[in-house]
Order: sequence, then C-alpha cells, then structure tokens
Amino acid sequence: MTETQIELTQVERDAEGFLADPAQWTRELGVEIARENGIDELTDRHWLVIEFMRNRYLETGNAPSIRSLGKESGVPVKELYQLFPKGPAKLAAKIGGIPKPHGCI
Amino acid sequence: MTETLEAGETQLAPPQTIEKVSIVISKGSLEGIYPGLIMANGARMEGIEANVFFTFFGLDAIRKNRQAKIKVATVGNPGMHIPTLVGALPGMPAIATMMMSRQMEKLDIPPVGEFIELISDSGCGLYACKATVDMFGLTKDDFVPQVDEILTVGEFYELSGGGEIIFT
Repeated sequence: MTETQIELTQVERDAEGFLADPAQWTRELGVEIARENGIDELTDRHWLVIEFMRNRYLETGNAPSIRSLGKESGVPVKELYQLFPKGPAKLAAKIGGIPKPHGCI
Repeated sequence: MTETLEAGETQLAPPQTIEKVSIVISKGSLEGIYPGLIMANGARMEGIEANVFFTFFGLDAIRKNRQAKIKVATVGNPGMHIPTLVGALPGMPAIATMMMSRQMEKLDIPPVGEFIELISDSGCGLYACKATVDMFGLTKDDFVPQVDEILTVGEFYELSGGGEIIFT
C-alpha cells in the first residue's frame, strides 16, 4: 500500500465518495479518487477542469454548471464528456475534493 | 448508524440505477420544451445515456426558423394565474417569455438553441419524428445541424431498447 492510499482511507468521505472537507484535499488524493472512478491517468486537460471546478467552488461556494464549465474552463463540452464520460461536473468535483454539485444544469 | 445501513443493504437487492433514457418532447411552448431538455442534459451529467425524440409542435425546438421564437403559453395555461383574456392581449406571450428567460438565465439555463447545442455536445442523440416531419412537409434542411436523424416510431423504440421512455 502506498502512502497516498493510506491517506485516502484516512479522510472522511460521504457514501458517494465526495470529501467531507475540501481543505483536506491534495492532488495525490485527487489521483487516487480518479482511479477509483475509472480514470487511470489525469492529463493536463483533466487538471484544467478539476482546478477550475475547485477554484470556482472555493471562490463562490458553488460548483459551476456544465454550461459555464464548457464556456469558461477552456475545455469545450464535447471534450469534457470525453475526459469524464460518467459526468464531467460530478466527477471533476469528486476528484477535486469539493461537494457534489447541486445545480440542475 | 452506518452499521444498520450496511446490515439493511445486505438484505435488500442492490440499489437500482438508470442507465439509459429516451425523452419525448411533444409540445412547442417554452414550458413544454424546457423540462425535457433539462432532463436530457441532467441525464448526461449523471453519465446516463440519453436520446431525445421531438414530435408534433415539440419539433419547434429543433427547427432553424422557430427555435428563437418559442414562447410561454399565456392562454389556456392555468399555471400562469392570469385571466385568459389578459393572456390573450397582444405582447403578453412576449412579456411572459422575456420574464421567464431572464429568470432562467440567472440559473444558468441557456436559451433553447444553445441548450440544444449543449445537449448534443454532451453526447445525447437528437431525433425528429418522421410522421410529424411528413405532416408538416419538412425536410432535414429545416432542422438545426445538431439533429442526428429523422426516425419512425418503430426506429425510436428500437433505439430506446433497454432504457426508460419519458413523455413530455
């Protein structure tokens, strides 16, 4: 077991795997969460989305909608779904250590 | 708390998930079109496979020259809570539509045209109903480029195999 795996078991998460406290998040934890969710390698494009989601949440208290994610993150909607096939907003939030987005869009 | 939950889970069947949905949009008013679009987009956001089938006046959502003209129904719509005669005054649908669009923009809900693009880019299939297309005398050229195909009802059912169908 690597050190990061131990870390992931040490942090508190909800039933769906979202971190309870965004402050506990590290990039290494993000890599582990991504692996759990079927993304073996996080590219620069993945990180662009993850960091955009996380920064927006930390700044405003809300995760961005898929619409603003597609318009403002620098990654268009089509590519968002290629990077995160099981739902870009939800997965990027989970990997970025922020709560599950609550908007409908 | 967690222990009782886990104990319960072992006795019950695993939680069911939805893997695929087909949404039929049959109405051409703003309030007739948006719910289906929001559900389709929401499905893709959850990683659920989604297809939308536009039929009857629902086709307006994907018609090039109608998309920007979609209005809230101010007559025959009890939900508006305005008298029918007031709803019928010239300009009422435009005013109601403007108010609702402004509210939706605040919630980051895009206008119909942009919403169709967003849904298409998210990998959702968009289809026009052949019976209606023939009835209105339309061709593929009348539709926005995001429309994948014109389908018969039979083909739509085939496409929807193994999923849920939602009619709006």
